[in-house]
Amino acid sequence: MTTSQDILNGNRLALAKLLTKIENNAPEGRDALIELFPHTGKAHLIGVTGAPGTGKSSLVNQLALHYRKVEDKKIAILAVDPSSPFTGGAVLGDRVRMRDLSGDEKVFIRSMATRGSLGGLAQSTANMTQVFDAAGFDIVIIETVGAGQSEVDVARLAHTTLVVEAPGLGDDIQAIKAGILEIADILVVNKGDRPGVENTEKALKSMLDLAHPTEKIFRHHGKSMNVDVPKQNTNTKLWIPPIQRTISTEGVGIAELAELISKHATHLLSGEGWSSRVRIRLQVEMEALIQESLMNRFRQDISKEKYDEVFEKVFQRNISPWEAVKMLMNGRLK
Amino acid sequence: MTDKKIRVLVAKPGLDGHDRGAKVVARALRDAGMEVIYTGLRQTPEMIAEAALQEDVDVVGLSVLSGAHMALAPRIMELLRSNGQSHVKVFIGGIIPDEDLVRLKEMGVTGVYGPGASTDDIIRDIKETVTG
Ligand code: B12
Ligand SMILES: Nc1nc2c(ncn2[C@@H]2O[C@H](COP(=O)(O)OP(=O)(O)OP(=O)(O)O)[C@@H](O)[C@H]2O)c(=O)[nH]1
Ligand SMILES: [Mg+2]
Repeated sequence: MTTSQDILNGNRLALAKLLTKIENNAPEGRDALIELFPHTGKAHLIGVTGAPGTGKSSLVNQLALHYRKVEDKKIAILAVDPSSPFTGGAVLGDRVRMRDLSGDEKVFIRSMATRGSLGGLAQSTANMTQVFDAAGFDIVIIETVGAGQSEVDVARLAHTTLVVEAPGLGDDIQAIKAGILEIADILVVNKGDRPGVENTEKALKSMLDLAHPTEKIFRHHGKSMNVDVPKQNTNTKLWIPPIQRTISTEGVGIAELAELISKHATHLLSGEGWSSRVRIRLQVEMEALIQESLMNRFRQDISKEKYDEVFEKVFQRNISPWEAVKMLMNGRLK
Repeated sequence: MTDKKIRVLVAKPGLDGHDRGAKVVARALRDAGMEVIYTGLRQTPEMIAEAALQEDVDVVGLSVLSGAHMALAPRIMELLRSNGQSHVKVFIGGIIPDEDLVRLKEMGVTGVYGPGASTDDIIRDIKETVTG
């Protein structure tokens, strides 16, 4: 039996091993992704981002518990932590907060390191969510690295993005700086038991009043993507990110948050929102694959000697990089 | 081209609260370029085996200073086997009397380390058993 068949049949060991292959860029991983692709497109992808220590993992734990108890949904969690830029190693500690979920066959938690990629996710995170999707998980929750910057990658991947804030992170306004509001579908003020919650909520509200995000900017490798987004239906109501207060250590506000998440899904599905997000994600993915295969072809077509020779001319300032590229591409990649 | 990394689960089974050694080892393995999944305290053998499966680790590292290693280790090994993960290598550190060391090795535990063990030795042993 093929790996893909095992995955579709719910074999957890096969699933775990395939995730590793995809993470390691192994060819078998890509083969399986091709076979599994027709089975994807059903899961609701929920992104969870926010500054370090705001309680993302604790929140994911509670949210998953809620979905298990109240809605009996199958839940996958992908928790991303940073790799050390110096050694390439990592300590992945998000599971520490998710111990309540153990022993449940309908929950699958996987930790992963960024492996040098910036933007809060790893290169293979998107492909790993596809495997969970094909394997029949109703909800896939993606916890990003806690970087506190604008984690655009997760907003591009997820249908619904939660941005988690918490009081007491120093300068509140500073912590909720530009970018983060643009990507948030729902703002969570966690640690509602801590002093200063009201201030954090107030700061968020006033920022929301200033900037009604009507459009999302998607970036890929630092460039804005030009993708055809279907025209906004004027009948579709604008989604203004609601603010939900939670106490993740106690489960307070979680049912309300789940309700908002489901409202957001309904909102997306009622208009073009859902499909336009999926469209953008798939286009970005294809774009990346095109770049990769053009690059591979370039490497095959042009010998290292030739490349080095031309580069040396650039280094000696005999020709410009633009002329060099022209020279290398001429007659090769028509 | 594949980019394989050694993945290690570092777990504290049982009620033992001594977590300094586990944290020291986890950091040392990270600094050696490995990906370490740290589970935290009070893990049951079932929780450890489940995490090892979901994370598809190469190595399970147990830190036990409470004296309960002879009860915990065999159970964890048995669960790894019944989950189809008999290829996973088990390493144990903590307070382990010499006579238990022999029995643990007979059971199939790959490496046993006591107080003062050098993390360089641990790193070398893990790299050797996983890659070669
Ligand atoms: C510090 C300490 C504490 C601290 C723990 C702080 C913490 N958060 O870790 C505190 C004060 C809280 C504490 C409490 C207790 N302690 Co105490 N504690 C120690 C002490 C002095 C040092 C442990 C330590 O941190 N060493 C430093 C680390 C880096 O070394 P390590 O853990 O041994 O790790 C090394 C190796 O073992 C190995 N290793 C460890 N883990 C792993 C994992 C892997 C995968 C690998 C490969 C290797 C590896 O590599 C590490 C690097 O060299 C030891 C005595 C000793 N000399 O070991 C007693 C000791 C462990 N404690 C002991 C006892 C009895 C207790 C208490 C029960 C006391 C009491 N009656 O209240 C409580 C229980 C606490 C609990 N909830 O479990 C006994 C255990 C006796 C036994 N096993 O039979 C010891 C041995 C003291 C003794 N001689 O009686 N303790
Ligand atoms: N008081 C209080 N503490 C909380 C709450 N939620 C989480 N915490 C604590 O905050 C700390 C960090 O929680 P995590 O869930 O690990 O936070 P995180 O955002 O996932 O952290 P990183 O992944 O490291 O960025 C832990 O000690 C939690 O117990 C809360 O609602 N109230
Ligand atoms: Mg976390």
